[in-house]
Amino acid sequence: MSVAGPTGWVGRSIRRLEDPALIAGRGRFTADLPAMHRVRFVRSQHAAGRIANISAPDGVMVITAADLKDVKPIRPMLHKFDYVPIGQPVLATDRVRFVGEAIAAVVAASEAEAEDAADAVEVDITPADALIDARAALADGAPLVHEEVRGNVIVKGAVETPEFAAARAGADRLLRVDVRSRRQNATPLEPRGGHAAFDPASGRVTLTCSTQMPHLTRTAVADLLGLPEAELRVIAPDVGGGFGQKMSLPPEYVLLVWLARRLQGSVAWSEDRRENLIAAFHSRDQHITLEGGFDRDGKLVSLSADVTANIGAYSCFPTTCAVEPLMAMAEMPGPYDVRGYRCTARGVLTHTCPMAPYRGVSRPVITFAIERLMNRAAASFGMEPSELRRRNLITRFPYKSATDLTFDEATYVETMELALKHIDLAEFRARQKAERARGRYLGIGLSTFSERTGYGTPAFAQRGMEITPGWETVEISMDPSGFVEARIGASPHGQGLRTTLAQIIADEIGVEPRMIRVVHGDTDRTPYGFGTFASRSLVIAGGASLLAARKVRAKLTKIAGYLLEASADDIVLEAGVAKVAGTDRSLPIESLARAAYHQLHRFNREIAPGIAESATYDPPGTFSNACHVAIVEVDPETGRVTVEKFLAAEDAGRIINPMIVDGQIHGGIAQGIANALLEEIVYDATGNVLTSTLADFLPPTAREIPPIELHHLETMSEATITRAKGVGEGGTIGAPAAVINAINDAIAPFGVEINEMPATPQRIRAVLRAAEKRP
Amino acid sequence: MSGKRDIVLSVNGRDYKVQVEPRRTLVDAIREDCGLTGTHIGCEHGVCGACTVLVDGAPVRSCLMFAVQADGKPIRTVEGLAAGDELSVLQRAFMEHHGLQCGFCTPGFLMLITGVLEREPDIGDEELIDVLASNLCRCTGYQNIIKAVRAAVQELRAK
Repeated sequence: MSVAGPTGWVGRSIRRLEDPALIAGRGRFTADLPAMHRVRFVRSQHAAGRIANISAPDGVMVITAADLKDVKPIRPMLHKFDYVPIGQPVLATDRVRFVGEAIAAVVAASEAEAEDAADAVEVDITPADALIDARAALADGAPLVHEEVRGNVIVKGAVETPEFAAARAGADRLLRVDVRSRRQNATPLEPRGGHAAFDPASGRVTLTCSTQMPHLTRTAVADLLGLPEAELRVIAPDVGGGFGQKMSLPPEYVLLVWLARRLQGSVAWSEDRRENLIAAFHSRDQHITLEGGFDRDGKLVSLSADVTANIGAYSCFPTTCAVEPLMAMAEMPGPYDVRGYRCTARGVLTHTCPMAPYRGVSRPVITFAIERLMNRAAASFGMEPSELRRRNLITRFPYKSATDLTFDEATYVETMELALKHIDLAEFRARQKAERARGRYLGIGLSTFSERTGYGTPAFAQRGMEITPGWETVEISMDPSGFVEARIGASPHGQGLRTTLAQIIADEIGVEPRMIRVVHGDTDRTPYGFGTFASRSLVIAGGASLLAARKVRAKLTKIAGYLLEASADDIVLEAGVAKVAGTDRSLPIESLARAAYHQLHRFNREIAPGIAESATYDPPGTFSNACHVAIVEVDPETGRVTVEKFLAAEDAGRIINPMIVDGQIHGGIAQGIANALLEEIVYDATGNVLTSTLADFLPPTAREIPPIELHHLETMSEATITRAKGVGEGGTIGAPAAVINAINDAIAPFGVEINEMPATPQRIRAVLRAAEKRP
Repeated sequence: MSGKRDIVLSVNGRDYKVQVEPRRTLVDAIREDCGLTGTHIGCEHGVCGACTVLVDGAPVRSCLMFAVQADGKPIRTVEGLAAGDELSVLQRAFMEHHGLQCGFCTPGFLMLITGVLEREPDIGDEELIDVLASNLCRCTGYQNIIKAVRAAVQELRAK
């Protein structure tokens, strides 16, 4: 970067460019658009069964699968790991496969009328036995969720390194943990929603929807409807949080575009919270058994993992449902050095809501698993958990992992030491002992982990994905008045990317961020790109912004060199001015823009008109890292857990805007604490969702989240051109393990463990009731 | 449905004469009949607080109140917080302390806190956290919302 640190814009906590509209109630969200027609979906009340009949009163406009014969099912593809492609019809055809599956769509003039009409639609379903639990779905003779998927195993990966068998055989001791992470819902505050408007002049449809991936949405909807992409425009306006739930294609959006074309008007659907909780994508729901072989010094020498991921009834587009089990297989060893590795990971179909990526994707669960193993080992060796980690964390870089991942330079040990420095472990242990004597149970929990970010094309290709969303393109233009527009394919929705990209560009071309408008979320206005997910946008769109800005810079310096009769190499762009270094000769940057458009005659045909550049960035990928520490109190009488303190020391490379980075980590940690303690989608034995309101599914409030203390290392990464790594998911990845480890430390005197998330009061009480020891 | 009723919604000092079904919620009337879409709908069952507005100076969940119940009463929404281009102390504090990310819950938090601070300017810090626990935010982990509110409280008390 041309200007680094406090002298430039990068590294400063400037206020967000996004905020003035949002703070005044002038944001534009999907549900704010007026529409001629409102759509309500009739959803299955049975988890499994055959649709015998659908009937509606006269005068109600009802769309069913019978009307959609030309619409293809959603059928994402993966080319490895015995993946069996399955299709999800936009509206259920003859069978239903989960409670909440859309069976019919009702169209009316208002939402209230649409809801009344939907209530009047009668769906006759002959119910069948439902599979809710993934291990039950693996049993011999279990019914099949999709007939083409034998044994309900839709994807299966297996790996065993050549070193595994000997390492395991030679281990001093073998330790096992069996962990379970129950089902969650990402719960963005704005539920999903779409608005499709037909334009009679052009025949095109504009789909405005609450999505993280507008371009891929256009591709998918056009493919499914058999349209050229040019007939569709997709807009992601202000999006009220996504966290992954909005990066997968909802069948509802396909139907909206189909309806807008058929009615030649505008149609809108606003998902309500109940629909979101039962039928928007779910997440987690993994069962992992780990066995670690340790040598006599506490060094992990072999690791064996068995992963069962409940993927629900269908496979999500674009990643496919394989993302959870396969990421578990690839990244289970985490930041620990181990050569002997064996893993079997499978994705299992059940009659439940389909799964999709949710912030952290698999890693909150695998970090939970391996961090439980590490603490089990620490106890077995009579060591502090931090000491056991010191003996196992990767310290030499680049490090080629047992699963062939290349770990670039990171600070696994250093962030742990930094966290411990701010905790005072000895003081805590003394306090813990004193409080135990008084019948109060405090515990401390650590988790050390990596966060793979900035996945490029090869990283996705390695998984065998049909669509490899690795790159981003950024177009930057300066208009004749000197204002800058950066059009990006990424699609931020709360991450502050308009601000951070403007900071990166500003340092390169010498204008203030407020003069740079970052345009995103409109397929008519932005270059093709994949969107915002997987901690990728600042890394990849940021890298592309830097590359494009360098080209703009080159052009501006060339123009200035011409006009100031100096070499382009001697031109400095700073504070809105181009000047010849070491002289007082200068020109305002906007005058360079004017000249590039209006006075081309001054350049002897050596300058192309205008200022518009474009660049693409496709990095190899990198790993951020952090150490989280939780201190909790467990009330053994009620099972209630109070998080007293939470601290994180992290390293995500160069920090572009410290305020925004802290905000990302805070939010991630809150979601991680909620994963550990509160949030669970509960099904009954028949496949009905029991947690269909926010009074039952429990996102945390300000009362449940303690003050979060953050510390940063800023190792300048060689792996990305901005030196920045991603930071969007780390909080969510590390926090659950830290909290559960802290709970287990607190209840250690009872001689029992809890290895299930969320660790609700009921589960903690159940574990304590079963305890044989009384402290 | 039963017939529509004529009511007057007095929002941010302006009267909107609207016809609503008795079952129409206040938030739907504010958004669709008055065209003020700054107030958001997050759950429609009174938990998340995204739809919080002030009615008669008190914070209410506008998804749990019928529009007819607010007939003639003074209503304030996020659009009425700033005086022209001059943001309120609380709005400025949210921007300075990064109290918002996606911005969807923000109008509800702003109205909740504005209402509480007007009625209880000397509210204690612990009670303030209890008040903030009325609404849900999914992005910030509440850290910077709390920071922003504390800063606003200090500034308001210094005035």
